[in-house]
Order: sequence, then C-alpha cells, then structure tokens
Amino acid sequence: MHEPILSIRGLTKTYTNGPRALDSVDLDIKPGEIFALLGPNGAGKTTLIGAVCGLVRPTGGTITAFGQDLSKDWRKARARIGLVPQELATDMFETVWRAVTYSRGLFGKASDPVMIEHILRSLSLWDKRDAQIRALSGGMKRRVLIAKALAHEPELLFLDEPTAGVDVELRKDMWQQIAALKERGVTIILTTHYIEEAEEMADRVGIIQAGRIRMVDEKRAMMERLGTTEAVIDLAAPLAALPEALAGFALELSQGGTRLTYRGGNGEGKGRAEVAQLAQALTRAGIGFTSLDIHDSSLEDIFVGLLGEKQGEAA
Amino acid sequence: MHFNLRSALAIYRREMARAFRTAFQSILSPVLTTSLYFVVFGSVIGARMEPVGGVPYGAFIIPGLLMLTLLGETTSNASFGIYMPRFTGTIYELLSAPVGVAETLAGFVGAAATKGLILATIILGTARLFVDYEIAHPLLAAVYIMLVASSFALFGFILGIWADSFEKLGIIPMLILTPLTFLGGTFYSIRDLPAPWDAIALANPIAFLVSGLRYSFYGVSDVPIAVSLGLTLGFLTVCVVIIVVIFRTGWRLRE
Repeated sequence: MHEPILSIRGLTKTYTNGPRALDSVDLDIKPGEIFALLGPNGAGKTTLIGAVCGLVRPTGGTITAFGQDLSKDWRKARARIGLVPQELATDMFETVWRAVTYSRGLFGKASDPVMIEHILRSLSLWDKRDAQIRALSGGMKRRVLIAKALAHEPELLFLDEPTAGVDVELRKDMWQQIAALKERGVTIILTTHYIEEAEEMADRVGIIQAGRIRMVDEKRAMMERLGTTEAVIDLAAPLAALPEALAGFALELSQGGTRLTYRGGNGEGKGRAEVAQLAQALTRAGIGFTSLDIHDSSLEDIFVGLLGEKQGEAA
Repeated sequence: MHFNLRSALAIYRREMARAFRTAFQSILSPVLTTSLYFVVFGSVIGARMEPVGGVPYGAFIIPGLLMLTLLGETTSNASFGIYMPRFTGTIYELLSAPVGVAETLAGFVGAAATKGLILATIILGTARLFVDYEIAHPLLAAVYIMLVASSFALFGFILGIWADSFEKLGIIPMLILTPLTFLGGTFYSIRDLPAPWDAIALANPIAFLVSGLRYSFYGVSDVPIAVSLGLTLGFLTVCVVIIVVIFRTGWRLRE
C-alpha cells in the first residue's frame, strides 16, 4: 500500500460572516490515480482545492502533501503541485509562450524551452505560441491554463472544472490529455459537473455535499455496490399474477398485468445477464412480449440518488 | 530565510514586460507632462524668476518635478501591478506558487523601482533640453532616487492590496501624493514661506523628500540631508513590515 500523496484530516473552513464551506473533511489521495470530486454548486469543491493550493486559509485541520505538512513546509510541497483554476484567469495580453515560460520561472524552475515546446505541442498550442491569449478561443485559453499548470512539471495536478464551457469534441480531446498525464505518472484531482467525465476518467470518486465528504470509493466498486439495471418488458397478453417460473427474478407487475419491470444487478453487467436469463425464462414459459427496454444506472444516477438520500436525511 | 531567485526574476521580468507593453502610459505620458512643466515653469516663467538659494529657478524645480513624477508613477505602477492580478483572478498563480513575501517584493517592487529609475533618467534627459543644470552629488542622487522609488513602490504595493476598486486605487496618488508634492517645495523653497507656513510645511513628509533630492543636486536643502534620508529609510521599513504582516495574515490576498 502506497503512502497517500495527499492526506487531509479534519479540514474545516468557515468564511467570515459566511457558511461553513468545509466541515471536517478527511481525504487521502493515492499516487498516480485520477480522483474525481463530485458535488453540486457550493458544495465546497473549489474551497477544498483552494485550501490545498494556498488560495484559502483553512480554519482548522491539517493538509499533508508528499509527506510534508503544508502549514510548515509549504514551499517544497507547492513546488510539486499544479492548479488549473475554474475561471479563465490569465494575463490576456501576454503571448502563450511568455505566459507558460513565466509560470515555470514562478515555480522556481530553470528555463527549459524544450520542455515548454513539448507541453505546447502536446496541447496543440505550438502554432499559437506567439499569439496573445486574448485572441484565442475559450477552449484554447483553457489549454493555456493547463499548459501553465504543467510548466513546472507538477506531480499532483488539480483540475477545477477543466472542461466547463468546452464543446463536446474539445472535452473528449481534454480527456485524452488528462489520460496522457496519468500515463506520465501525474496524480490528478478533478472537480466536475459532468458525471460522464468522472465516469470516463476517474479511478476513484468522492462525493462532497455541504462541505462534507459523503462518500469516497473506487468508481468500479461504487458502480457495483450502488449501480442497478432496470428492464421494462411489455407483454403480449396481460398476466393475472407473476408465474412460478419467474419467481427467482426481482420483478414487479404493473399496467394491468401488461408490464414487467426488473430492477437488480450491480451496474457491472450482472443485471444485463439476469435480464437475458429472464427473457429466456419468459420464452420457456410461453409468455410473449412486444418490447424490452434495458437501462443501466450511471454514476449520475448514483450521484443524484445519494444526494437525494442525504437531503432527505437532513430534512 | 528562503529566497528563490528564479521566482523573483520571473515576476520582475513579467512586470517589466508589462511596462514596455504599455510604454505610452508608463513612460511617455509622464515624460510629456514633465516636459510641459519645464516649458512653462522652467523656461517661460523661470527665465523671469530670481534664483533660489543661488540656483537658477529653472534648475531649482528639477528635483521637485522629478520627485512629483517618481512618487506618482512608482506608486501607481506597483499598486496596479498587484491590484490587477487580484481583480482578474490571476493572483491564484502567485498564491499557489512556492513564493514568499521576499520573492514577491523583489519582483513587483524591484520592477516598479526600476521603472522609476528609467523614468528619472528620461526626465533628467528631457530637463537638459530646457534648462542647464549640474548634479553636485550624482552618486547620492542615484541612491536617493532608488531609495524613494523603492519606498513608494512598497507603498503602492500596499495600496494595491488595500484597494477593492479602481477608484480607491487612484484616490491616494491623486488626492494625497500629488497635492503634498506640490506643497512640499517643488516650485519654491520652504524657507521662503512666511511664518507660520514654513513650520506647517515641515509637517508634510514629502517636503523632506524633495529637500533631500535637491541637496543631492545642488548641495542646498530646506532640511538636513540626514533627516531626509532617515525619514525615507523609516518609511521604507514601515512599508516592509506592513507587507510582511499582510502576507502572514493573508489579508485581502487569501480568502
């Protein structure tokens, strides 16, 4: 078991005259993983990132990165951390090359034009290196922010809503870039509103709500534990009751006996296999059906369900 | 104490690049304004004025005019330098970097002070076109200009952190620094003021700065040079202490 690259204990942040943005957050990030932090607006995602990156002063708790307490050895740790902020905040009158070179110098690294060229090429920014940032499209500006964050070769990278406002094609392109970073051994923590993004890329998922971490788990384990398959089968003729042959399946009869609804499985294929068995059982029992519609729950369904449950508990 | 030279240089270079990008605003505009002062007060009116303390009037006003521009420009440059990243959100990069107060000050204040020196050189060159003058203590003048430029760059830095609007950013240079410089003996010697105004004028700290610079130029001053130097060094120290406290507490920088 590797030591966590980032360890957060009891992290609390209360803004002056404001709400408690973080409430005793405990979180460990493993080296080399992509961790997706999901949560609704105002859940505390950006505050959490800000606390680690030095933008927010925590009210309480400890943050340890690379084994160093950030309240004491912040210089060493911060030199190894990169941040891509949510807002497109950069000097719009600078050229791409100068902006990225500045970022490398700011983090105390010696000038390395070859490295900068490599970063710009990998983000398809090389042709725009002499362009002023203000002249670039929104997607390109976001790439510049990523290039700036990568300029000092961070080992831990925070991506705060990296694909917000980016079109679908560019978003998928961004995913490839993030996957490539992981390949290079960079540990990535990303916050996102797009559950699809977390589903596509994350190794582990954390759900934050009202400043508290509600759940942290491997994405696969979460899908397996909380994921389900739903199958709706419209029957050719109504049934008065569920026949004995279908007793082993999690079924519900509705619509005057003309619709069978299956809910079960684990979000990792078990449900679909059972639906296939159910279809065979219906055929063997001579029960005809006119349509069969299968839907696997996504991470989004799990996320919405979990938040709904928690809000229900709180009410 | 940690000091990362590369980080400080990165900030310094970027600030200097920003100045050259806005050369008209940061250099040409004050030079033009100062030239107009020299034309009107130095050549036209100055030709009809009596020498002050043995110095021809046109030459007498050079240190004061230089101080007027130096204070305004270094304060504005440094305040904009830190206020704009706060305003646009780009300060996230500085705050998330392994950079402390020493590198930040060396970068921002060093650049503002350099711009002040460049400006001073250009203004002195411009003055030469209109009036004849000699600098009695050139080394002292250079050190003093650097000291004043650094002090007011630090002051501007504090201003840029304190301000939460563009209006506040302009208020201090416009409503306090400029009037105090005008009343601080830029165009006259405080000794020539009638009582009690000569004593009241000495309550204006800028008068000490103008007097100190004038001494380095012509060897004449309203107050002893040691007092002027001491006051400037004291002001510089107070500004540094305030900035260190701001960084320690994160006031207006970190949420």
